[in-house]
Amino acid sequence: MSKLPAKAKCVVIGAGIVGNGMVYHLAKLGWKDIVQIDKGPLPNPGGSTGHASNFIFPVDHSKEMTAITAESMRQYKEWGTFTETGGIEVARTQERMQELARRITSAKSWGVDGGQILTPAEVKELVPYIDETVIVGGYYQPTVGVVDSLRTGTLMREAATEMGASQSFANIEVLDITVANGRVTSVVTDQGTIEADYVVIATGCWSPKLAAMAGAHIPLTPAVHQMKDIGPVPFFAGAKGDIEWPIVRDMDVFMYERQHGTGLEIGSYAHRPILYTPDDLPSNATAALSPTEFAFTQADFDIQDEHAYELMPSIVGDENVREKYAINGILSYTPDGMPILGETPEVKGLWSVAAVWIKEGPGTAKSVAEWMVLGDSEIDLHSSNIARFHEHQKAQFHIKSRVDESFNKTYGIVHPLEQYGSNRNVRLSPFYDAEKELGAVFYETAGWERPFWYDCNKGLVQKFGDKVMPRAAEWESRWWSPIINAEHLQMRESAGIVDLSAFTLFDITGPSALAVVQKAALRQMDVAIGRVVYTPVLGPNGGFKSDLTIMRLDTNHFRVVTGGAHGMADKKWFSDLLPADGSAQIFDLTSSYTTVGVWGPKAREIIQAITDTDMSKDAFKFSTCKVIEVGPLRVLASRISYVGDLGWEFYIPIEQGAKLWQMLWESGKKHEMIPVGIGVYGTTGRLEKSYRAYGPELETEYNVVEAGMQSPKLKEADFIGKDAHVKHRSETPVTVLCTLFVDDHTSSTGVNRYMMGNEPILTLDKQPIVDSHGRRSYVTSAGSAPSLGKHILMTYLPTELAVAGNKFIVEYLGEHYPCSVAQVGATPVFDATNERILA
Amino acid sequence: MDVLVCLKRVPLAGGTLILTPDSRDIETKHLGFGISPHEENAVEAGVQLVEQMGGTLTLLTLGPSDAEEQLRSQLAIGATRAVLIETDGQEWDPQGTAAALVDAINAEETKFDLIIFGAESADSAGYQIHIRVAHALNRPIVTNVKSMKIENGIASCERVVAQGREHYEAPLPAIVTVRDGLNIPRYPSVPGRMQARKKIVDMKKAEPRVPKLEKVTLALAPSKDKGAEILGKGADAVPALVDVLKQIGAF
Amino acid sequence: MILVLIDHDRGEIDALSLRALTAARKLGQDVEAVVIGNDGASLAAIAGEFGAKVLHVATHAAITDYTPMASGRALANLVEKLKPAAVLAAGSPRGNEQLAHLAAFLDIPMAAECSEITLGSPHHVLRARWAGNLIESANVHSDLLVATVLSFSVEPESINGAPASVSNFEPALEPADSVVKILSRDAGESKGGVTLSDAKVIVSGGRGVGGPDGFGNLEELAALLGGTVGCSRVVTSSGWRPHAEQVGQTGTKVAPDLYIAAGISGAMQHIAGMKNSKTIVVINTDPEAPILRYADYAIIGDLHQVIPALTSAIRQAKG
Repeated sequence: MSKLPAKAKCVVIGAGIVGNGMVYHLAKLGWKDIVQIDKGPLPNPGGSTGHASNFIFPVDHSKEMTAITAESMRQYKEWGTFTETGGIEVARTQERMQELARRITSAKSWGVDGGQILTPAEVKELVPYIDETVIVGGYYQPTVGVVDSLRTGTLMREAATEMGASQSFANIEVLDITVANGRVTSVVTDQGTIEADYVVIATGCWSPKLAAMAGAHIPLTPAVHQMKDIGPVPFFAGAKGDIEWPIVRDMDVFMYERQHGTGLEIGSYAHRPILYTPDDLPSNATAALSPTEFAFTQADFDIQDEHAYELMPSIVGDENVREKYAINGILSYTPDGMPILGETPEVKGLWSVAAVWIKEGPGTAKSVAEWMVLGDSEIDLHSSNIARFHEHQKAQFHIKSRVDESFNKTYGIVHPLEQYGSNRNVRLSPFYDAEKELGAVFYETAGWERPFWYDCNKGLVQKFGDKVMPRAAEWESRWWSPIINAEHLQMRESAGIVDLSAFTLFDITGPSALAVVQKAALRQMDVAIGRVVYTPVLGPNGGFKSDLTIMRLDTNHFRVVTGGAHGMADKKWFSDLLPADGSAQIFDLTSSYTTVGVWGPKAREIIQAITDTDMSKDAFKFSTCKVIEVGPLRVLASRISYVGDLGWEFYIPIEQGAKLWQMLWESGKKHEMIPVGIGVYGTTGRLEKSYRAYGPELETEYNVVEAGMQSPKLKEADFIGKDAHVKHRSETPVTVLCTLFVDDHTSSTGVNRYMMGNEPILTLDKQPIVDSHGRRSYVTSAGSAPSLGKHILMTYLPTELAVAGNKFIVEYLGEHYPCSVAQVGATPVFDATNERILA
Repeated sequence: MDVLVCLKRVPLAGGTLILTPDSRDIETKHLGFGISPHEENAVEAGVQLVEQMGGTLTLLTLGPSDAEEQLRSQLAIGATRAVLIETDGQEWDPQGTAAALVDAINAEETKFDLIIFGAESADSAGYQIHIRVAHALNRPIVTNVKSMKIENGIASCERVVAQGREHYEAPLPAIVTVRDGLNIPRYPSVPGRMQARKKIVDMKKAEPRVPKLEKVTLALAPSKDKGAEILGKGADAVPALVDVLKQIGAF
Repeated sequence: MILVLIDHDRGEIDALSLRALTAARKLGQDVEAVVIGNDGASLAAIAGEFGAKVLHVATHAAITDYTPMASGRALANLVEKLKPAAVLAAGSPRGNEQLAHLAAFLDIPMAAECSEITLGSPHHVLRARWAGNLIESANVHSDLLVATVLSFSVEPESINGAPASVSNFEPALEPADSVVKILSRDAGESKGGVTLSDAKVIVSGGRGVGGPDGFGNLEELAALLGGTVGCSRVVTSSGWRPHAEQVGQTGTKVAPDLYIAAGISGAMQHIAGMKNSKTIVVINTDPEAPILRYADYAIIGDLHQVIPALTSAIRQAKG
């Protein structure tokens, strides 16, 4: 074996499916001088890849996950390591049948076709060894398959070596990762030190340990997934290959069964969560099997044995079919269920590619390699961005409690609005006590407890009657209340006070502050002091990286206000733009300032009553901010609106927040001001105004012109994505973001149904709609427009179909509902001329 | 025919052991547990005898309450019931262990025709508990058995040594210790597991005795640990190996 | 005085007993030896050569061949008479078994497989556990120490002593003591004349061989080197090879001149059975396989390529 080099451009730590994928894709994109090391031997170093079950169901409710999986499948097929077997998710309950229909609609939205609902008898035809009487149906996906992940990894690693771009070394243990001036400098191993410009941590369940060496965080936990191989099964006696029968997922008991040669592998996500820390994992030498294959704990599997027996009695119930192999296999779990990808916010040049499962491996590797080499990935990875974590989310307590809670949801039916119950009440706004008193129902964002609606507004539901658009079906009533729509209507009549403490705030100051914000923002930031600018933030390809608001507080002082969920990623984005000479600095003020908003036709009167500052239309113009005095407080007031009504956001040091709330509250009483929750702020208010949100509408895959957000004049100053944006402006967009109304909500059983987002938009003959770039039309956001009595669907439509009045079909839980285009582009469906905001 | 098999819960270790900080035990935090290899053959022998001749197969172990896991696994293979003598979690010396086993066996209503042990435990290998039990119960004992037949109330046993096979006989009731190779132990089936959950495991307590063979500490045995001289990779290294073989006079 | 049990098979000494004698001598006391059965009397010369002053010969009509419980009784009788400080034997299956009977008769502790013994109050021993991977430091609370000597912890050293004087005695056997004894014998599980325990060269295969067919190459190499084929436990439990070929704690313990381990990662229980081989050569794809720590030489590579290449290279070299 040749000697470990002393220098490399990039060191990739780990030789599982991810590490091998990384060296291959980095090499393919032109990087040379890559060194790959692993603590274990090759080709199976002992990580989770070595014991993976290796099957791929191409469907997920997450678009990002589905796209990555599709790309991975494409690569596996290219390497010749994919075997298509088909797969069936079976349901034991009607609730699960609805979920399976929902999975098919997600599949259609994300471009995975061929799925169909089967009767129990049809399932049995495909899988003769099941007892069809225990199920009520199934979802058959013919494109499910099994891969050879070890072989694929080996092929990728060897290809990178053959390109002369990479060398791989086994049995090298990393002892330290050194950092200087916030940048990674070297990897210290038991066989010498490698200086490197980039270090990629692709070490699965060990990655937190490696990140910690550099002072960075990869918040995941190793967790057990149990599996048991039984055999030989007489029915499989003639099996020629590794797998010939469809994979079965027994969704309601959180299990799967797959034929494996003459055996049957039974896997489970039903057992109690068994979590470890990376330090618990043994070495190759001390492990009985491998470092990620722990001894099987039968007691945790007792119930699963019975469930497997119920579904496949002829095999599992055969006394002569015996356990061949059973393990507690270690996998990586994250507190929010998504992978952890990207450059660590703590250390420049140190990249994480962690919590990636077999079905995602090669696609993730390609995307992260693009991100490293080209500055951005073709597939939007924002849900997986390592920079998303807030400080408290890096705590072991958070990781463990969330994984403990979500482990059994791996196959669970997870409602899109479902809240975590564990580790709550971590970040409380100064208004929390007052809100609790008012009966706030709290949802969590970035650790903050935010009122979603207030029980004290229950009476308004009667007041507005059917205008609250009551929902009869349980699914879309879950995590929802008609009170939201009632609050909306009342705010439009009088005013509402909204807790916005979850905003992420950071200031950028110094002589280069303007240059920094100009570089990040699409919009002109060289504006008068006191201007408030709402601006998209673009990536190099002109797709969206964020949308946020920037206030110019002084010549060299800007304040960025952005959402809590994406705030930390935005902060890293801006931090990365700071010049090396220290001429601009960034300060996170999220935990220093709190934000509260008041909107509605009565907002001006309510504020004016408690301040001497002239709040009139012309004295305090829209899109401006200034410090006003409210009694004893000096408050930064900003006149903007995300809900479509006149009003202000107020920024105040946290310790004075309660006082401000109290003064606003008192003043609002005379004007029937109510507390309004995020249900209005984030959904109904926003959707009536056709406001786009980062994530659902705005993402890398779509550009400014397609989103209908181009300004008349192009900013002269340079900004990231400018070249691409200029090109986009010169072209006719192939797709346009539109606002649609649902025309008839009646289901086959006569119940009104309300879409929740991510449903496919189909032509009238029920065919998927695909634009010339291959992108499908699906509902990016859905929600009530109570002022209009309509249910709104936002969707991108191919330009030729984006015509007001055009009729389409939306598929929801397996049924079809008519809908039509209400507005093309960004023009709001409510108060199109913005009279209310500008009042 | 009523058979008793004595088992011991032992860690399933990898290629290298780690000790606890006090050096009194091996670190088991990431190890699973099983029974000693020879004991799997003991259970298989018991199951086969009961299958052929009828009767019951009882399992007996002394150990922590967690040893129930090992008993259930073996019940899943076909044993009838099990008895667990719960200890304080400490390792007991051979005399204390044997005495507790003898008390438990004497307390059983069933008078076992045959008691089977594994030839040695994976962890302590003291080579004596079975013999002490035989003395206490006044029974003949044949050790290291690799082939066994029960006929006409006699256990006819073979032991394999370098020179060949030795033949022994012991009239029942008797005790034998068996070695791997006696049979091919079966693994549990799922129905077996499910039945095992319903089988009885009697939990008993026994008072520890002051150990006469008193463990003070454990240490890892020095391995050769000079590390192999790597002659090279793949078939290219063959000439180097041929040179080595010549040097040591292998041909 | 230290009393050492010399084990024998119909008058032929078990060489491991000489190691026990050597270990006994190192305790600094007089050493006397004991054999069970008439035919052991012929061992007075060698017992003396290795330091025993007296050879006690237990003779009894019921002892016609190996009769382990009777051995225990005989030793118990002798202990009562001679009051030795310790009784030692080789750490062999028979040594362990006979001393365990002694300890059971006297209801005193026994320490098996000791690599170091210090007499005292209590006595102190180091003894092998976990197939020799662990060493236990233990105190033995008993006036008389009963212990067996870990086979390879001491090399036999002759002091060219005069033949031991023979002292016959008849143990007071109970009928039960001689119920279990060797009644008859068969020849070994012979394979082409070379048994595993006798082989000078063993070519051993593990999981890496991949299946029963893969052993053909190993057999060819073994034959060429005048040796025999061995295997690891996974191979016999998969039914690829007969159990008689299994090397390890649960199979046969071997110590050939040359041990070639191909595709064997080195589970503890396998190592226990082969680590005393003179030269160990490993052929394995995994450079971190535990067995490498015990090996003298290694080739990192696929045995399916290396073994045929080796076979033809040796053939060429032999001419």
